[in-house]
Amino acid sequence: MARVLLFGRLADQAGWREREVEAESLAALRACLANDDAELAEALAGPGVQVAVDKTLVRGEAVLAAGVEVAFLPPMSGG
Amino acid sequence: MITLTEAPFEPGALLTAFCAGRDETGAVASFVGLARAEGGAASILELEAYPGFTESAIETFAVEAAERFGLQSWRIVHRVGKIAPGEAVVFVATASKHRRAAFEACDFLMDWLKSRAPFWKKEHGPAGARWIEPTAQDRTDAQRWD
Repeated sequence: MARVLLFGRLADQAGWREREVEAESLAALRACLANDDAELAEALAGPGVQVAVDKTLVRGEAVLAAGVEVAFLPPMSGG
Repeated sequence: MITLTEAPFEPGALLTAFCAGRDETGAVASFVGLARAEGGAASILELEAYPGFTESAIETFAVEAAERFGLQSWRIVHRVGKIAPGEAVVFVATASKHRRAAFEACDFLMDWLKSRAPFWKKEHGPAGARWIEPTAQDRTDAQRWD
């Protein structure tokens, strides 16, 4: 089970900010989210969206251990 | 040290505390960013951070900046959540032996904070809410240092 966090416009689009998802890889997690909301999954794979696993940025695929935190970060705006 | 806070802060008090007890610091430079009303178009600025991740990114960057400019110390306080026009959004202070390093490091930190720091910014106004991306000017300012 991974804890998924959405930030910025992604959270607005999804209508949620945090959700538990059963997935053992990032690809599986994306597929699981796409089943529920295809438009959201597309936005999560969109340009400039970064992924952090347990607060470390990752590129491409990642294996998800139980209880990890997966954050989808839209382009950062600065303060 | 970096602090994110949902509560309004008093920049003068932060500067006083930062200057206290220094007898080998020749220069302290500081910057305070305030939320603008944009002529009534912006009633509330909302800043979202990723707790833990955002502080750690700022800390890492500021430690590098301190090394690059030879700072003795630095302090950053940044608001998150909903911010009213006129309230302080960010406070940056830098301390060094001589003024040039303090000025430049403060400028450098602000350019990065304004363009690349992990925040997501939303402006609420009479016309609704919109997410704000960094401006071309913010990006150009940050690139001056690359």
